[in-house]
This record gives sequence, C-alpha cells and structure tokens, in this order.
Amino acid sequence: MEANKVLDAKGLACPMPIVKTKKAMDEMNRGDILEIHATDKGAKADLAAWTDSSGHELVDQTEEEEVLKFWIKKG
Amino acid sequence: MPKAMKAQEIARKVIDKEELFILDVRNQKEFADWKIEGDSVEVINVPYFDLLDGVESIMDKLPNENVLVVCAKEGSSMMVADLLEEAGVTGVSFLKGGMKAWSEYLEPVKVGDMSDGGELYQFVRLGKGCLSYMVISDGEAMVIDSNRMIQPYLDFAKEKNAKIVQVADTHLHADHISGGRALREETGAQYWLPPKDATEVQFDYNKLEDGNEITVGTTKVAAQAVYSPGHTIGSTSFIVDNKYLLTGDILFVESIGRPDLAGLAEDWVGDLRETLYSRYKELSDDLEVLPAHFANMSEVQDDGKVSAPLGELYKVNTGLNVEDEGEFRKMVTENLPPQPNAYQEIRQVNMGKLTPEEEEKREMEIGPNRCAVS
Repeated sequence: MEANKVLDAKGLACPMPIVKTKKAMDEMNRGDILEIHATDKGAKADLAAWTDSSGHELVDQTEEEEVLKFWIKKG
Repeated sequence: MPKAMKAQEIARKVIDKEELFILDVRNQKEFADWKIEGDSVEVINVPYFDLLDGVESIMDKLPNENVLVVCAKEGSSMMVADLLEEAGVTGVSFLKGGMKAWSEYLEPVKVGDMSDGGELYQFVRLGKGCLSYMVISDGEAMVIDSNRMIQPYLDFAKEKNAKIVQVADTHLHADHISGGRALREETGAQYWLPPKDATEVQFDYNKLEDGNEITVGTTKVAAQAVYSPGHTIGSTSFIVDNKYLLTGDILFVESIGRPDLAGLAEDWVGDLRETLYSRYKELSDDLEVLPAHFANMSEVQDDGKVSAPLGELYKVNTGLNVEDEGEFRKMVTENLPPQPNAYQEIRQVNMGKLTPEEEEKREMEIGPNRCAVS
C-alpha cells in the first residue's frame, strides 16, 4: 500500500508508538495514509482502538517477523 | 513526581478494604476483560490514547487527590500520572509494573495451625484469582498448585526456615503455568502429578494416586490424596491434617469447576457429579475447603483468606444443590464463560511440550482464570 509517510516506532514501548503516531497524523492531511512499524505487541489493540476513537481509519495491518505494520488513513 | 505503588501495597489495600480510586488507562477491551477489583475500590476506564491532548476532559470524574493510575505495563500510566499532577491532582501514583505485576503478585495468608504445630498458608493471587498452598511442618514444606513465579515460595520457606521437599499439582492446569517443575529444579523436591492428567507430559514425575500419603516434616502431617475427577480426568484433592480439604478446581466457594477445558465436557460431567455429589459427601462436614481459585472478591474473607467449611458449602453453593442430573449436565456444559486466555497453549506448557520465553508465558497468563462454571 502506498503511504504518504512512514513512521518507525520499532523498539518503542507503550505509550510512545501511539504518541508518535498521533503527532505524525496531526501534521498530515485528510485522506493521507501513515504507515507505522512497531514491535510493541500492545500497539496492536491500542492503535486499532485509538484510530476508532479519533476518527481515523485503520486500513490494513500485517505482522512479519515480530514487526507489526499498520496503515492508517487520516479522517 | 507521581509515586510508584507496588502490587503488594494495592493487595493490602484491597484486603483491608481501604479506599482506592483507580484510573485504568488500558484500552476498553482489556479493561472489560479484567481489572483490579475490591469492595473499597472505585475504578474508571479512560484509555491513555484518549488523553494525549491532556486530562482536562476527565477532571470532573476524578477526586482531586489520591488517584492511582494503572495500565498494562507501566509506561502509559506514568505518562497519565504526570499529566494529572500537572493538572493539580495531589497524591498521584501509578502501578509499578502495571497489570502484569498485579497479575503476578502473591499475598501469603495464614490458613491455620496444624495438630503437630505446623502451619498451612494460602498464597492469594488477587490479580488472577489463583490460590496455591504451602504446608509447613518441622522444617519441611510442601507447595501445592504452585504458580509460575516460584520466588515468593522460595522466599517464604526461607523465612520460615523450611526446606521445600514436596511439590504437587491437583491437576494439569489450563489457566496458569505451573511452577512445579521449576520448584523441583530449584529445590530438589519431589514433584507429584495425577498420572491420568499426565499421559502426555514430557518429563518425569511422581505418580499422585488415590490414597497416597505424602509426608511433610518428621511428624508425618499427611497430605492424603483423594481422587476426585471432573474438572480434569485426573483431578485429585488433598486432605491435610484431617482438617483441610484442598479441592483444586473441582469445588470453589461460590461455584464448581468446569469440565470442558481439556475438550471433554460431555465425558467428564458424570465424574464431576460423582465427585461432588457422592465422593465429597462422604467426607467430614467440618473439613475446611481450600480451592485453587476464586472468581469473585466476595469469596475473599476479611483476612484475605478464601475458604469455607464443606458442610456449609453443601447448604449454600448452588453447584452442589442441583437435584436433577439433566439440569446439572446442562449447567456445566452449556452457557459456560469464555475459556481462559491461551488455555490450550498453557496446557501444552504444563505438559512440557512447549517452552516459551518468560515474556510469552506472562502474556499467556494475562486475564482472569475462568475455571468455574459461572
């Protein structure tokens, strides 16, 4: 998936992956897609819940060799 | 600076019914799954990711002092605790180690003395509802239904000048990882398991069979094994000092064990009924029932202990008062609560078939035990 920006949050523990994601999203335009790479397993449920509550859309997510990848579309 | 509060301090507050206000900042799903509970505990849930712009929106829901913030591991609660303090709340603390630490904390509670001068202790795992036991007699100790974290038992035995010489599990656990093998490695103790539950285990063990008497201490406090199938086919109870009945996951204070966690509910219903409605009935009403779990804080007494006289349970425990066999079958096989987190993997670990890393083991055990039918 074509992302407008990639955020590397690997190695960061909760709450940093979401703090950084939020910051990056704040600087993006509506409809843009942010790709996030994280290793904190807690990010999976939290990012999904956060996108819901903040009006964005979790378009896709994958998990490869310990790295979680998310694609979030700004709402 | 917000203060780090240890799980141990929270356990004391919960048991002593001291007022405690908790702001739980995990996501809603995790919160709905399990949380810190207690008669004197008030808890609200607002995920940390909804507070990234500040805590103003929730100030009216919080007291202006003494708020404990908790999250899964620790990091998010520290962040929110800082925000609360900046917003003027005083006495803010966060749970050190998060809900993981809460899930693992064991509070030792004395059950009573034994006729030979020995003592029996219950280790209450408030965060998960697991109960394990230590029989101490004349410099020796036996641990029953050990949790994965064995250090608390080692420390406690040392404090009591006792050597752990016997370790037993009443059954093959599905909700938590047994510390039985680790304790054996650490102490050289004998490790007893019911052979019918252990047909697939990948390690040596002592066969725990009906009528076995396991000696702890020189004065022969007998841990008498009573075969009591139903939760698992091998489930075995212990009668300690003719006074205490350790029921494992067969009989709890407010409920009874579920027969489905090894996938054989239909087959084991009959065994469960036989154990509860005849085998246990032949035992003395005065025996103090000490289960391997509790599900509700209402089962925890004022001193932190979870127990009840067997005779009393025959009067008040609904699981023991279903006359009709068909009704009973329905109760223990239909509408059961969800199974414990990762229960199949946990069984594999307890058989020695899987050997995950410590962190994975912790993840598997997150959440409530759910070993009862309701």
